[in-house]
Amino acid sequence: MDLPPITNGFELVYKKPQTLTETPMHYCPGCGHGVVHRVLMEVIEEMGIQDRTIGVAPVGCSVFAYDYMNVDMQEAAHGRASAVATGIKRVLPDRFVYSYQGDGDLAAIGTAETIHTVNRGENILMVFINNGIYGMTGGQMAPTSILGMKTTTSPFGRDSKLAGHPLKITNLIAQLPGAFYVTRHAVHTANAVRKLKKAIHSSFEYQLLNKGTCFIEVLSNCPSGWKMTPAESNKWLEENMFPIYPLGDLKTPSQTMN
Amino acid sequence: MIRGKVLIAEEICKGCELCITACPQDSLALSEKINLKGYRFAVLVQDNCTGCVNCALVCPDAAITVYRQKKPAKGINPEIQVAV
Repeated sequence: MDLPPITNGFELVYKKPQTLTETPMHYCPGCGHGVVHRVLMEVIEEMGIQDRTIGVAPVGCSVFAYDYMNVDMQEAAHGRASAVATGIKRVLPDRFVYSYQGDGDLAAIGTAETIHTVNRGENILMVFINNGIYGMTGGQMAPTSILGMKTTTSPFGRDSKLAGHPLKITNLIAQLPGAFYVTRHAVHTANAVRKLKKAIHSSFEYQLLNKGTCFIEVLSNCPSGWKMTPAESNKWLEENMFPIYPLGDLKTPSQTMN
Repeated sequence: MIRGKVLIAEEICKGCELCITACPQDSLALSEKINLKGYRFAVLVQDNCTGCVNCALVCPDAAITVYRQKKPAKGINPEIQVAV
């Protein structure tokens, strides 16, 4: 995008990072994926590590992440992004490696890979987008769907007797000794986005110091899957998802040291 | 008051209204026109933008660029600065 010349004493304070490509994103209007893509790329631009970063794209809504992120990317089989990222990091230990996955990818089909990657303490950043639904395939129930949530495969609401309880995989991961920094964020307000950016920034710094796995869960909305407007979906996220998935750090570096 | 300006990429905007909700000054609204994708895009309707960057931070499509008036240098009367 060509920016107009700065005139009349105005200065540029915010623009799209150069590390995002010019390709318009295919996500539905109001989807949190776009925000997380942008924040991740902003951090990479600010740290100046664009040529030393390798990302692993998942299967799911964000399967085309490699079209939008202007860094080296590798597509992984469904659920195996963390395993692929392990291989890349072991072969090229001087690169910054991150995996980017949704809840159907990381917490359902890829549960084994996720837990074992963190248990081995692989020195990567794992970004986990949790919207409690399979967005790409039309809004089916995911392991992270909350109780009573209506989806196309649970039209009367999720029943714990039939489908179990919401899987808090971030809490599971926080108990593993390989995890260095485990945190949960959201992208529903500008302040939440600022906090997420800080968390991603410190995760890349820990990766430089070879500390262990950094895991960031991002609670996101899915306006199309939840059948709401984007503003309504953010409100629903606050009212219904936050009590079950409270925001904040689950494991901080000071706890790991003890 | 520090003044700001936002530049919205009309063809990238999908009209999700998240920036309109995030704006503390109610400066933004949806346009009457539609873009090539068929969405009503966000436009600046009031001249009270402060350049707080909230809209750009919540925009999922990175469609917003924000400009802000330069802060006047300390010790100088800001009104004189504006007049220049």
